[in-house]
Amino acid sequence: MNQPAPEHLKKTARGEPVTLLEAVSEGLFEEMVRDDSVFLMGEDIGVYGGAFKVTRGFLDYFGGLRVIDTPIAEGGFTGAAAGAAHMGLRPVVEMQFMDFISPAYDVLTNYIATSLYRGAGPMPIVVRGPVGGGNRGGPFHSQNVEMAFFHTPGFKIVYPSTAYDAKGLMKAAIRDDNPVIFEEHKALYRAPTLREVLPDEDYVVPLGKARTVREGSDLTLVTYGAMVHKSIEAAKKLEQEDGVGVEIIDLRTLLPLDEDAIVESLKRTGRVLIVHEDTRTGGIAGEIAIRLNERAFEWLDAPILRVTAIDSPVPYAGSLEDYFLPQVEDIVTAGRYLAAY
Amino acid sequence: MSDSLIAGLDQTQLLGLYHSLVLTRAAEERLEMLQKQGHVTGEIYRSIGQEAGAAGAAFALNRQTDGTGDFLAPTVRAAGALFLFGGELVDFFRQYMGRATGPTEGKEANIHWVDFQKGIIGPVSPLGTMLEVMAGITLSFKVRGESRVGMVFCGDDASSTGAWHEGLNFSAVQRCPLILMVEANQWAFSTATRKNTRVRSFTEKAAGYGIGSESVDGTDVMAVYEAVSRAAKRARAGKGTQMVELRYYRRLGYAQHDPQDYVDPDELAMWVDRDPIDLFERRILEEGWAAESVLHKIRIRAEEECKLVAEQATGEPVPDGREAVKGVYTDTITQHPWTRTDGPYRRDGSELNT
Repeated sequence: MNQPAPEHLKKTARGEPVTLLEAVSEGLFEEMVRDDSVFLMGEDIGVYGGAFKVTRGFLDYFGGLRVIDTPIAEGGFTGAAAGAAHMGLRPVVEMQFMDFISPAYDVLTNYIATSLYRGAGPMPIVVRGPVGGGNRGGPFHSQNVEMAFFHTPGFKIVYPSTAYDAKGLMKAAIRDDNPVIFEEHKALYRAPTLREVLPDEDYVVPLGKARTVREGSDLTLVTYGAMVHKSIEAAKKLEQEDGVGVEIIDLRTLLPLDEDAIVESLKRTGRVLIVHEDTRTGGIAGEIAIRLNERAFEWLDAPILRVTAIDSPVPYAGSLEDYFLPQVEDIVTAGRYLAAY
Repeated sequence: MSDSLIAGLDQTQLLGLYHSLVLTRAAEERLEMLQKQGHVTGEIYRSIGQEAGAAGAAFALNRQTDGTGDFLAPTVRAAGALFLFGGELVDFFRQYMGRATGPTEGKEANIHWVDFQKGIIGPVSPLGTMLEVMAGITLSFKVRGESRVGMVFCGDDASSTGAWHEGLNFSAVQRCPLILMVEANQWAFSTATRKNTRVRSFTEKAAGYGIGSESVDGTDVMAVYEAVSRAAKRARAGKGTQMVELRYYRRLGYAQHDPQDYVDPDELAMWVDRDPIDLFERRILEEGWAAESVLHKIRIRAEEECKLVAEQATGEPVPDGREAVKGVYTDTITQHPWTRTDGPYRRDGSELNT
């Protein structure tokens, strides 16, 4: 492994800006260089470099024992990851699209998430892959899967919205001894506006810590993933057109949930709007609302509200998908309502 | 050390095998007593008639206690294999009785426990999963260039699950040194095997994955030992995943609650006549490997051993209920319900329950 790293994975070293996708790649690559117990499994991740090219060049650099092209059987290779983790390896499993994590639901929830509790030892596994709508991918290439796992004790769930966070959270996830579901939004992968120059150093973004995207005194928007960027747009509009000061909390990690960050913000603003791209029923907004009810009821000046996708499969036609997804105008409307409450 | 008597085994080893068979049966009979007394609250799954499959298979592997040996994932009907791998008899009883002193401290049941130093990885209840997991364990042997194999037991109808097929295909494709033991005991709870599959032998399924396989009389402990020795040799020699089918019969119900009234009594009687312990005893005596008095002593020792450790485990404490919140994560606290701590959140908003 004395050969030089592939050029396309050295952008940060050259001081060039990277996309969120490139940040994920760099994070994976650097962890594999740092720790030879880290290895990759997934469909078409080797020769092809992954459907989105996240692992382009990895097979040549690390070889076939550390970059394993698997049969199209998510349950099988995720289960094999569990076995490898038992033996001290640190598998990173790619779901080609996170929608396909469902076949691995059994082994993830029944086996991997319970392993430590059953006395069978820690499960340092990352299951990562592209999620989210807006790409006209239809019902099976657009889902957000966080809440399917949120309810299972034992998982951590990560969902970055910036290149900086994506790389730092990836490193933290790989180094974590608990199983981590890592969601990467397709619409953010190559978004030019998200390109940034990352620190050329080994940094980590700790799991379980939210980030205050912007400060404001009138209203708290709690959000994550692609909705962070729509929330920023909405916040600017609310500020310019209505004079409403909007604070935005990017959760970054959904499990463990940074309850303290949300409570602290609520205590400053008295109003909370939760925005998520995931569907409405059983979405994380419900959990956040009950936690604020438990911990900060006295500080609420208005009901806790949410803006989410509608409760349907993700539709294909652009007109339908746009209607399905939360839009900036929805956030502005809800924000206005709360500010005036 | 006496000379090799058969298949490279000396008298001590043969009697060790015999001990394994009678110990399994004695342990399970002891469990039944403990269940009647109310000490075992969960289910008991008897392996009577299948003991030779578990013992013969495990005996053929390289069993170590320092984390360098082969791996075993038994089923609940392969407790004998677990004991041969060094699983402690007292832990067996602790697990069934949910004792705090057991390897899972009451959080899991029966033989669902692990000891990586000994190469033991207990199963989970969903069928087929352990084949996927063992594929990953043996993948690590391959990646590290270690001469170790992993054995995973499964009931025959586990071969109906997707997990089984996905795990077996992965293992086959990666040429993992894995030995799959199919317990063809002719029943899946109350459903006969012929209603679950069209194959006459599960080795036909092995053919679908391009792996080596062998079918063996699961009541004949020496036949099992020899078949698995061959499979292990192939796996260790880089020939990849192997299957061994154990043909025998589940002579009791699925679990204690199952009266087995769907079974043909004549068929059952035929299999009682092929009891693996009786068969092995007859063979030992006929071949003159040991005298009946020696076997008798081994039987008595197994029964006394079980009685003793069962009494010990019975006297040990159950876990404190509050332990239930511990061990979900390596580093993240699980909250107690507020109703179990110091009341609802105070009006001044100060934090409780921390």
